[in-house]
Amino acid sequence: MSEQQLLLEAHAVAKHFGGVKALHDVSLTIRRGEIYGLIGPNGAGKTTFFNCLTGLYRNEGGHFIFDGVRLQADAPHKAAAVGIARTFQNIRLFGNMTALENVMVGRHLRTRAGVVGAIIRNPATRAEEAGIARRAEELLHYVGIHARAHDYAKHLSYGDQRRLEIARALATEPKLLALDEPAAGMNGTETEALRVLVEGICRDGVTVLLIEHDVKLVMGLCGRVAVLDYGEKICEDVPAVVQKDARVVEAYLGGSVA
Amino acid sequence: MDTLLQQLINGLTLGAVYALVALGYTMVYGIIGLINFAHGEVVMIGTMVAFTVIVSLAGSGMPPLLVLGIGLLVSVVVCMVLGWALERVAYRPLRHAPRLTPLITAIGMSIVLQNVAMIIWGRNYITFPPMIHKQIYDIGGASFTNVQVAIVSLAAVVMLGLIYLVHRTRIGMAMRATAQNPHVASLMGVDINRVIAMAFIIGSALGAVAGCMVGSYYEIAHYQMGFMLGLKAFTAAVLGGIGNLAGAMAGGLLLGVIEALGAGYIGDLTGDILGSHYQDIFAFIVLIIVLIFRPSGLFGERTGDRA
Amino acid sequence: MNGRARPSSSRQRHWLGFLLLGVVLLAVPFVAALGGQAWVRIANFAILYVFLALGLNIVVGYAGLLDLGYVAFYAVGAYAYALLASPHFGIHLPFWVILPLGAGLACIFGVLLGAPTLKLRGDYLAIVTLGFGEIVRIFMNNLNAPVNITNGAQGITLIDPIRIGDFSFAQTSSFLGVTLSGPQKYYFLLVALALLVIMVNIRLQDSRIGRAWQAIREDEIAAKACGINTRNIKLLAFAMGASFGGIAGGVFSAMQGFVSPESFSLMESITILAMVVLGGMGHIPGVILGAILLTGLPEALRYGIEPLQRALFGRMIVDPESLRMLVFGLALVLVMRFRPAGLWPSSQRRRELAESAG
Repeated sequence: MSEQQLLLEAHAVAKHFGGVKALHDVSLTIRRGEIYGLIGPNGAGKTTFFNCLTGLYRNEGGHFIFDGVRLQADAPHKAAAVGIARTFQNIRLFGNMTALENVMVGRHLRTRAGVVGAIIRNPATRAEEAGIARRAEELLHYVGIHARAHDYAKHLSYGDQRRLEIARALATEPKLLALDEPAAGMNGTETEALRVLVEGICRDGVTVLLIEHDVKLVMGLCGRVAVLDYGEKICEDVPAVVQKDARVVEAYLGGSVA
Repeated sequence: MDTLLQQLINGLTLGAVYALVALGYTMVYGIIGLINFAHGEVVMIGTMVAFTVIVSLAGSGMPPLLVLGIGLLVSVVVCMVLGWALERVAYRPLRHAPRLTPLITAIGMSIVLQNVAMIIWGRNYITFPPMIHKQIYDIGGASFTNVQVAIVSLAAVVMLGLIYLVHRTRIGMAMRATAQNPHVASLMGVDINRVIAMAFIIGSALGAVAGCMVGSYYEIAHYQMGFMLGLKAFTAAVLGGIGNLAGAMAGGLLLGVIEALGAGYIGDLTGDILGSHYQDIFAFIVLIIVLIFRPSGLFGERTGDRA
Repeated sequence: MNGRARPSSSRQRHWLGFLLLGVVLLAVPFVAALGGQAWVRIANFAILYVFLALGLNIVVGYAGLLDLGYVAFYAVGAYAYALLASPHFGIHLPFWVILPLGAGLACIFGVLLGAPTLKLRGDYLAIVTLGFGEIVRIFMNNLNAPVNITNGAQGITLIDPIRIGDFSFAQTSSFLGVTLSGPQKYYFLLVALALLVIMVNIRLQDSRIGRAWQAIREDEIAAKACGINTRNIKLLAFAMGASFGGIAGGVFSAMQGFVSPESFSLMESITILAMVVLGGMGHIPGVILGAILLTGLPEALRYGIEPLQRALFGRMIVDPESLRMLVFGLALVLVMRFRPAGLWPSSQRRRELAESAG
């Protein structure tokens, strides 16, 4: 596999809370343009891995190489700046801002205007502001909630909030979009629509890292899957192989997938 | 005269007072995350009440120690009621309001209490009648008084009592549980309202004790005395790691000593450019330095952001 | 597509409102003067507080930072003006040099104080700013020895008024047939400054920076995940608030002709904060209302309490000053109890698509 094909390499990432080992030397590689699934039972360390990757936690051991460069993500905004965007397991939107404004905040990173521009409203600032609004609207269209653009985020339905969070993440122009259980709490129809959306995002050139409980969704969507159990990676392969892996079946799938 | 030892003794006395007041801040903050701005005023009211009781009993022929004891007791009871009322009337209705709201209320209550005190006790300094015959002891060139001994030992006894209360009694357990996680604590059957009320009541009682100490140490009182005292005690609580009882005690003692040493040596240190009237800035400078290098206080645990 | 666009009739009503407001603003100094120049001065202070409160609103209302030592920046501006335009050092620089200088100095203090503390939890910032306010006051009080810099508790007197060429703001002069007293001139200067800070507030709210502030207020972690460098953005708000405080201080110095540490107590910081919170944090009309109410209320009480007590009891029972503060404190408590979001909080904002499409 050539170096250019790899977007993210995690090398022996370790993290513990007090005496509890949450991540134990987890290594994995994500290729450009794929949808990569990260699954595992509750408390297996999936979200902890996410938080280390996105700079919310500092990992005690190991490191990440993102896009060929060693990640110095000791702060979330730096991770976003190099091109890693994320959503949260328990949706974190700006509730008292409209859907459009939420996505406009996502454009912060890729725009420049400062205080002086805001006050004098020179042509450059106005053009940038218009660009931000235009791009935000496009993204709302893209995820299919443009009709709700001017509603407060807190008033959106659960499924729409998930979509809005994805739109906001996409606004930062990520190379890697990390989704933390996006299908949690969705019904069958909503999950199917989400599947179509994620496939579209991937087709449009954004690599996706997906943490999911919904095994069926992961198996149908992901090119490759890694399984975490008690903070260790126990398997990494294409879904068909993972599904048959004895350790995985024992640890997680058990009887839930026949 | 040995200045170092002398300043240490004075600092320890002052620190014992700061520690008691700091406990009141830290208990309330630890449980509901509120900076109870009015706490300094509760301490002031404690001093004033003790003053009134002592003055009115001074001529009654009772033994001076009994008079002091009654003064302390009445002051503690009044402050407990005051603390309870503050929580019940001012803060409890705002428990789910935006974060700044209860803080403004606390500032408002602080102003109210100060001015009520001014209406009752006047705007001038009032002098405590000397009830104990002051004795001065010498050790190694420094001197201390029996009042100082009484202050430090009373503070030690009260703090030991608090530690016992928090670690060995049901209500103490409930307080610790609530401080950890109010939601889970309430699921486990802890009456949160009662716990919060207790934090205010106990904190106010400690404040009243501290108020009486200040009064008998400096022998004067003033309706604005609570402000600076409260501010420094809060600084002490932050210094020790806010929400942490042992931290508040250590922070209080440390701040007292730092202040005393600072005031004693600032002239020498700055070539007499700054004099001892800068005493009050030490607390804040120490606070800022500590917060920069150990944001969670000297004894606090690091708390990280959570996703 | 968008049923929320403002109908044009409402827009016309808006303009009518502005016109009316303009007329009222023009009339105030003349109407107030009928009751004596003291009333014009009270109006001036109300507007100075509007300016200060809106400066603090950027910090508290927009960025959600609790600043309990705002008056320190006000003091820095005031003393900068006093020292550089008075006989104290014999320096008499023009106002257009000192005001920006004072703003810059206050800004530097803001950055020095904010940079290390803004990454901490909000309550710590509150206490650090409070402590800083006290440090500044203590220094002003004591920096009269061994070198007399601030003249200690006596303060600095004979400060130059604002002067443009021969036109001094301190004297009465005629203007196109209209005679304006000193306070009346300052009134118009202050109104101009207040309009400036209102414009800054409005424009910031609807900008990239303003959105970042709101995002931080709503959910700091999510804001970070969106790539916002939260510490820098908060520092920006803090420094801006400080600069406005510095400007206000300079104008205060010039207007009063006298400064002393007494004007910069913690109570002053609390009053300004109360204006912001009481009025309705982050909502410009609310903050303006808060500032005017809290300047007016104590004055009204000052003039009302004494006659009221005499009428009721035939003599003074309670010292009017402490009763005034008592009412102030109670007002804070009651408003927070019954209107926790302030007297005039922002209603659900209606957005025009046309506006955002620019």
